[in-house]
Amino acid sequence: MSHAWQYFTNNQSQILTWLRTTAWLAVVPLAVGLALSLPAGWVASRYRWSYPPIITVGGLLYTIPSIVLFLALPGIIGTKILDPLNVAVALTVYCVALLARVVADGLRAVDADILNAGSAMGYTGRQLLLSVQLPLAIPVIGAGLRVAAVSNVSLIAVASTLGVSQLGSLFTIGNTTGDTAPIWVGLVMFVLLALVLDGLILAGVRLMTPWRRAVGR
Amino acid sequence: MDHIPGTASRRIRANAVVVRRSDFVIRFDSVTKQYPDGTVAVDGLTLEADTGKITVLVGPSGCGKTTSLRMINRMIDPTKGRIWLDDRDIATMRPDQLRRGMGYVIQQAGLFPHRTVIDNIGTVPVLLGATRRAARRRALKLLDQVGLPANLAGRYPAQLSGGQQQRVGVARALAANPPVMLMDEPFSAVDPVVRVQLQDEFLRLQGELGKTIVFVTHDIDEAVKLGDQVAVLRVGGRLAQLATPRELLAHPSDSFVAGFVGRDRGYRALGFTPAGELPLRGETVVRLGDRLDSVAARATEGWVLVLDEHDQPQGWLAASAASDQGGAVTPEMLNLGGTLAMESSSLREALDAALSSPSGRGVIVRDDGRLIGTVTASQVLTRIEQERSAVPLAR
Ligand SMILES: Nc1ncnc2c1ncn2[C@@H]1O[C@H](COP(=O)(O)OP(=O)(O)OP(=O)(O)O)[C@@H](O)[C@H]1O
Ligand SMILES: [Mg+2]
Repeated sequence: MSHAWQYFTNNQSQILTWLRTTAWLAVVPLAVGLALSLPAGWVASRYRWSYPPIITVGGLLYTIPSIVLFLALPGIIGTKILDPLNVAVALTVYCVALLARVVADGLRAVDADILNAGSAMGYTGRQLLLSVQLPLAIPVIGAGLRVAAVSNVSLIAVASTLGVSQLGSLFTIGNTTGDTAPIWVGLVMFVLLALVLDGLILAGVRLMTPWRRAVGR
Repeated sequence: MDHIPGTASRRIRANAVVVRRSDFVIRFDSVTKQYPDGTVAVDGLTLEADTGKITVLVGPSGCGKTTSLRMINRMIDPTKGRIWLDDRDIATMRPDQLRRGMGYVIQQAGLFPHRTVIDNIGTVPVLLGATRRAARRRALKLLDQVGLPANLAGRYPAQLSGGQQQRVGVARALAANPPVMLMDEPFSAVDPVVRVQLQDEFLRLQGELGKTIVFVTHDIDEAVKLGDQVAVLRVGGRLAQLATPRELLAHPSDSFVAGFVGRDRGYRALGFTPAGELPLRGETVVRLGDRLDSVAARATEGWVLVLDEHDQPQGWLAASAASDQGGAVTPEMLNLGGTLAMESSSLREALDAALSSPSGRGVIVRDDGRLIGTVTASQVLTRIEQERSAVPLAR
């Protein structure tokens, strides 16, 4: 372990650069994925006929092995195979696949009586969505977001086999040199990144749902 | 403060006569609602909900009460017929604006779980453009008006009891001072004791506010208690009878209504007949603190009525219990059984006072609680007979 620490201090600047890339790869697809999932999930929740196709497509996308998607995307969107953007797009696809369903289910789970009461008070459809339905779906969406964040981080590690330069490269190095130190460092960094991301989302959800804490749930 | 658009002239007129009194009549004109699956929920309903009055829609489950109510604020649009708000066809009005002028209360209150009590109540004022601060000020006033302490303001709905939630629901519906209130079984999810409290306070509030209210219930007792007029619907959404509660109990239009109104309607109808002049008898009374050995001499048929120093009846004392002991009359010795009837009470309350009294003599008090006299059940019955021969109570 002290060996691993030494490896870390020796290669600190390289590792921190990789950390930045990795963090970017973890956060941006998550944010973009959420932004795309909100309208997609809303459509699926609002129009009964659109729910099965949207959820099925999402489920299918999720079953594509990540390595296949990483390799196929450059051909589809014209990026270079080593471009981090390539990985970011692939991760975004997974996020949407996961989150569209979560958003749809979260919105649908809001008590119809509450929505009825809201529209009976004179909320327009949009006001009702933004100030009643969406806030009430935050706990469900937040839980989905945590799953997506952690799954994102582990997919980034897979992307290292492609040679995209990021924390996952530590595993490739360890593998080729037979030195366990970079592997340990990589493992710790990935776990820390996942924990921090998860903690941030959890804190955000708590901040936005004071009513749940007040009730002690 | 009413917010139904296009009624400015009406508003001025209303203000000129009585400030804040509702001046909004709701008229159903041969309204039919058939759902897409073919169910006819409401069938040719014609009915008028009067200004400042409570109109109750009552009937068995599935008879179209909720459907009728929701057509008033356009949550549901009729298949045929029209609904008028005064002289305006509501089909020509924008649903969201129409709704902001109609308070709406449902079973389980339907409060927003993510908003505090005070922000729940302020919902409609904020929708109408009030600042958050103004809405909160108004909400605090309403909290008080519906009998809730101000320290509940910051709580979330899940931190309230069912009865408290229901009161917040009423406060929220009243917040923008809408001229019209629509209420769908607002009190049916709470226990009977709380329900009676809520009903009483609702009547008190309506006495102050005079809204045009359409109130849905499946409970005929609630309908008769709250309604200025009651519309009984039968399954299939047809109006069976529209009448005052008294008329409904006395003259149900057919066997369906008679059956729905219930078995002891003859007795309950007495609740709408003022007791009027009853042949009261004076009582020889004792007071708290009087010597026990004075009781036997003053008792009639084994019982004597005990008053406090303000002439307010406290209970009955059995002469046998007092017999020849020493000491004084204390509250613990009294038989508290028996309701009191007021001089302004109905025949039903007078009869109940007599029937529930341990001495068989019903105690009648002034509105301030001071004793007037007592009356026996047979005297009340005589009075009922006289009343019947004047106005036949039942066919
Ligand atoms: N959206 C709908 N689609 C089809 N039928 C409906 C719909 N809503 C209500 N109905 C039917 O219309 C009839 C009237 O329903 P409504 O809800 O108005 O009854 P209700 O008198 O309020 O009953 P309850 O006392 O049980 O609340 C019922 O037969 C019901 O099944
Ligand atoms: Mg109903």
